[in-house]
Amino acid sequence: MRPEPLRLLGRELLLDPVGAMVWPERAMLVVADLHLGKAEALARRGHFAPPYELAATLARLEALVARHRPRLVVSLGDGFHDCRAARGLEGEGFDRLAALVRRQDWLWITGNHDPAVPLALGGAVLDRLVLDGLTFVHQPSGAAGEIAGHLHPVARIATRAGRVLRRRCFASDGVRLLLPAAGALTGGLNVLDPAIAGLFPDGFTAFLSGADRLFPVPASRLLPELDPRRHRLPLERSSAPGEPYQDPQR
Amino acid sequence: MRDVLARPRPSGSPVAAGLPEPFASWFTRRGWRPRRHQLAMLGLAREARDALLVAPTGGGKTLAGFLPSLVELAERGGGGGIHTLYVSPLKALSADVARNLEAPIRDTGLPVTIAVRTGDTSPTARARQRRRPPDILLTTPESLALLLSYPDAAERFADLRAVVLDEVHALAESKRGVLLALGLARLRSLAPGARFLGLSATVAEPGALRRWLSPEPERVALVEGEPGPKPEVEVLIPDERLPWAGHYASHAAAAILDLVRRHRSSIVFVNTRAQAEVLFGLLWRLNECNLPIALHHGSLEVEQRRKVEAAMASGRLRAVVATSSLDLGIDWGDVDLVVQVGAPKGAARLLQRIGRANHRLEEPSKAVLVPANRFEVLECLAASEAVEEGALDGGAIASGGLDVLAQHLVGVACSGPFDADRLFAEVRSAAPYATLSRADFDAVLDFVATGGYALGRYERFRRLARGADGLWRLADPRLSRQYRMNVGTIVEAPVMKVRLGPRGRRLGEVEEYFVSTLAPGDSFLFAGRLLEFVGILEDEVIVRKSRGGEPKVPAYAGGKLPLTNALADRVKAMLSDRRRWPTLPAPVREWLDAQARRSSTGEPEELLVETFPRGGRQFLVAYPMAGRNAHQTLGMLLTRRMERLGLAPLGFVASDYCLAVWGRKPVERPETLFTVDLLADDLEEWMAESSLLKRTFRNCAVVAGLVERRHPGQQKTGRQLTMSADLIYDVLRKYEPDHVLLRAARAEAAQGMTDIRRLSDLLNAVEGRIRHVRLPRISPFAVAIVAGIGKELVGGEALDQELEAAVAELVAEAMA
Repeated sequence: MRPEPLRLLGRELLLDPVGAMVWPERAMLVVADLHLGKAEALARRGHFAPPYELAATLARLEALVARHRPRLVVSLGDGFHDCRAARGLEGEGFDRLAALVRRQDWLWITGNHDPAVPLALGGAVLDRLVLDGLTFVHQPSGAAGEIAGHLHPVARIATRAGRVLRRRCFASDGVRLLLPAAGALTGGLNVLDPAIAGLFPDGFTAFLSGADRLFPVPASRLLPELDPRRHRLPLERSSAPGEPYQDPQR
Repeated sequence: MRDVLARPRPSGSPVAAGLPEPFASWFTRRGWRPRRHQLAMLGLAREARDALLVAPTGGGKTLAGFLPSLVELAERGGGGGIHTLYVSPLKALSADVARNLEAPIRDTGLPVTIAVRTGDTSPTARARQRRRPPDILLTTPESLALLLSYPDAAERFADLRAVVLDEVHALAESKRGVLLALGLARLRSLAPGARFLGLSATVAEPGALRRWLSPEPERVALVEGEPGPKPEVEVLIPDERLPWAGHYASHAAAAILDLVRRHRSSIVFVNTRAQAEVLFGLLWRLNECNLPIALHHGSLEVEQRRKVEAAMASGRLRAVVATSSLDLGIDWGDVDLVVQVGAPKGAARLLQRIGRANHRLEEPSKAVLVPANRFEVLECLAASEAVEEGALDGGAIASGGLDVLAQHLVGVACSGPFDADRLFAEVRSAAPYATLSRADFDAVLDFVATGGYALGRYERFRRLARGADGLWRLADPRLSRQYRMNVGTIVEAPVMKVRLGPRGRRLGEVEEYFVSTLAPGDSFLFAGRLLEFVGILEDEVIVRKSRGGEPKVPAYAGGKLPLTNALADRVKAMLSDRRRWPTLPAPVREWLDAQARRSSTGEPEELLVETFPRGGRQFLVAYPMAGRNAHQTLGMLLTRRMERLGLAPLGFVASDYCLAVWGRKPVERPETLFTVDLLADDLEEWMAESSLLKRTFRNCAVVAGLVERRHPGQQKTGRQLTMSADLIYDVLRKYEPDHVLLRAARAEAAQGMTDIRRLSDLLNAVEGRIRHVRLPRISPFAVAIVAGIGKELVGGEALDQELEAAVAELVAEAMA
C-alpha cells in the first residue's frame, strides 16, 4: 500500500488507496460513508446482497487502523446505512466494531443516513469538526478547507487496451477534498457529475484507487458517465442540464 | 414469401395423394403435390410422435410443420384453446410465418385463428389473446417464459397438441435455448399429449437435437426433406495483390460491386457490424450507376431495418450488406446471389447464409466467397469443400447454467406452488440439465429463496417458502413483478441512441463505450453515413453529417464467432498436404512456398511455433488454429507464465489461426511453455482476476435476478436500492468463492469466451510435438497477426497495469 501525499491549504495529508485520509501531524484517520448494514437493508427489500458486507467493511477499517495507528478516527457521516441498520447491529459485528471504536478516540460525524448513532458503541458524536482551518463534515458545500464525503465519487478512464475502468476516487483541488465511500457495497457517482464537479470551480484531480496505490488523473482526462440512468450527462458542456440544447451551427 | 408454401414440381402430375380435404383440393388448385416429408410429418402426427425435420430452405419446411396442425384443426374446429405453439428465435420470423399461414387458412376457409405474441405485442392484443386464445400462437423463447409464469398457464396450455420449434439448431446452441428447453419441459408436464417438432435446414448432429427435443430421443422421428441441388460456391481471388492481413476486404469492393451488377438481387454478408459499415461505404464510393444498395445490421433503428427488409422483399434493392441479422428465416424475395465477405468461420454457418439465396428448390443457390487475406483464402476453400461434401459442423447444445435455472425456478413459483422433487425431475428432462445434480438444484432453490449464502442470514426475508403441504410457493409477491421485468437471458452491453440533429431522426444505437472514446468534432461511420459527433443530449448521441476527416468505426463487443474445429482441421490438412498446393490460387501458393522455404508450414499433429526479433522486441508466434477465444485464453496464460520465468512479455494478440506474444527477451525453449499444466497453474487465478469473469458474473447476476436489468428510461428508485454487480463479485469472491452465482459465471466463461475445453484438447494433443523454428526475421505467415497489433485489444488483464499505461500515455501526451 502506497499512500499518496496531498497538500490541502498547506497541510500535509496522505490519501490511503483503500479510501481513507490520514493527517499524520494530528494522527488522524478519516473515512467516509461506511454504510454499515447496507446488505441487510437491501435484503429487507428482497434483494439478497451478500451478507458479508459488514465483515468486509470492518476488515477494511481494521486494516487501516492497524496500518496508520491513529489517535483519532473520524467517520465522516453515513457510517450506518439507515437507522434500522444502526439499531439492528448485534453479535459479532457489534463486538468487532465496538472494539475498533474503543481502540482510540472515535468521532462519528452525523450524515443524512444515520442521524442517530448507537450510543452503546462508544465514540463522540458531532455534526461537524473544525480543526486548524480544516472542516470535517458529511455533506460538502464547496467551502475552502472542507473535507467531506456523502457523494461517493467514482471516476472512469479509458485504457489503451480499449476498456473503460470505473474506480472509486478522491477528488481535490488543493483547497477542498472529497472522500470516496469506504463501504464494501457502496456504489458511486461520477466525479464529472455537476453535483461533484460543481464543488471545484477551477477543476480538480481525481485519485483513482488501484490494488495498492492511487492514480492521480486530472478531471479533464476523465470520462463522463454514459449511463443516463445514473445521472445526466455533462459532455455537452455548452448547455447546462435543464437548459434547452442549442445546436452550435445554427 | 417464406418457404411456407410447397412449390410446384416441374414435372409430375398435381396429385395431392395422402392429403385430406380441404387440403387436397387446395394443393390441386395450386397445381402442387405434397412433398414426401410433408406427408411423413402428417403420418407422424397421427401417431403423436415428436419429430425433427431437416430440409433445405425452399423445401416447404414450415408448411410441413404446420400441416398436421391445420388438418387437426379442420377436424376439431377453431376456438378450443391454443392447439399449436410456434417458437422462433426472431420476433420478425414469428410475424412473417403468421402472415404466410394466413393464405392456406383463408383459401381453405378454415375457422382457425392465429396470433403473434412477442415483446412487441401491445397490452390490448395480449389481453385479447388471454380472453380468446388463438388456435395457433407464434412466439419467442422469452415471451413463452412469460406466458408460463402466469397462474393460468396450466389452463392456457391444457389443450396444446403441437409445439413447432423453428431454426431449432440456432435455438439449441444458445443460452436463450437453455431457458426455452426448461419452458418446453414445463409444457410437457402441462400438456402431456403435445408433440414437439423441430425444424431446421442445417443440422450437424441430429442425435443431440433429438435429445434436445425430447427426453426420449428414440421417440423423435428424424424426417429428412429431399435434398435440393448442391449450391454453387466460388471463391473470389483478385487478379491484383491479395492482402496479407486485415478483415475488411476493401481490395475486393469493385469486384463485389460488379457481382451485384450482374445479378438481380444479392445479399452481401459480412461478419461484424464494423465490416458492414466499412464495406457499405466502399461500395457506395464506387457505385457510379447508383445501384440501390442498402445496409442492414442489428444496431440500426428498427424502422430503418423494416424499410430495408420491405424494399428487399419487393425487389426494389439490388443488394443489401448485412450481418447475421439476416442469417435466419425470412425470405428476401428473389435473391439470386449470396456473397460472403471474410472468413466463413464454419461450414454450417456458410450453408445457412447460402440458403438465403434462391428459394426455388430446383435451382442451385449461388454464392461467392470473398476472402480478406491469405489465411481466409484457405478457410474459404475449406468451407466450400465442406459444403460440397455436405460435411456440416455445428455448435454444441448449450449446457444449462445455474443462473438460467434460478430464473426458471422463480418463473415456476410465479405460476403456482410446486413440489421440489417433481420439478427437479422435470428440469432434468430438459437436455441442458440432463446431468444436473440434486445438490445443485437445491442450491439454486436456496439462492432464489434466501440468496443462497452459507451464512443463512436472510431466513426472515424469504422470497420462497415451503408450506405444510410440502409445496414451495412465493412468500414475497414482489418477486413476481421482478421476474416479469427481468425475464430472458440476453444481457446487452449498454448502448445509446444516435440521433441526426437534436430534433432529427434516430439512426440506431452504438455502444456506450464507443461514445466515450469520441470528442465533439470527431467523425465516425454509422448507418452508412459519415457522421460528426456533436454531443450528448439527455441519453442520446447527437450527430450531424460530417464534412470529412478520418472516421472511426464503432466496434461492438461480442458476436465474434470462432472458427469451428472441423474447418480448422481442413485448413491444417491443406497446409500440410503439399500435393494440393499446385491447385491453390497463385498468390496463396507463392505465400505457402515462401513460408515453407523460410520457416515451416507445420505438420497436422504438431504445433508450429516461430520466434524472431523485430523492432527491438522478441516475438513468439504460434499457430494452433483453435479459434480466437481459445487463443485469447492461451495468450493470457502464456504471458503469465512467461512473466514468472522472467521473460518480460509485453503483450499478445490472437486471431482464429494464431497467437503472437512479444516481449523484451527471446523465448529459447517454447516447448516448456506449451504444456498442459498451463491450465492447472494459472487458470483459476487468472479467471478470478480477469475482467472477463467479472463481466460474465454481471450477466449471470442479471439472469439469476440478483441484480435487476436496467430498463431504458426507467428512473432508479434511489441510491439505497442500487447494487453494483462488480462490488458483489469482489465481496463474494473473498467470502464465498463457491457461491452458486460464481459457479455459474465460471462455468459460462469456461464454455464460451475462454473456450477452455478446446484449449485443453489442443494442449493435450501437441504436448511434446512443438516444432520450434528460430527465424532471423518475421515469417510470411506471421505478417497477418503482427500487422494486427495495435488494432486489436492488446495486453493482459492486470487492471492496474492498464491503468498505469493509460496514465503514462496521458502524461506523455500532456508533456509533449
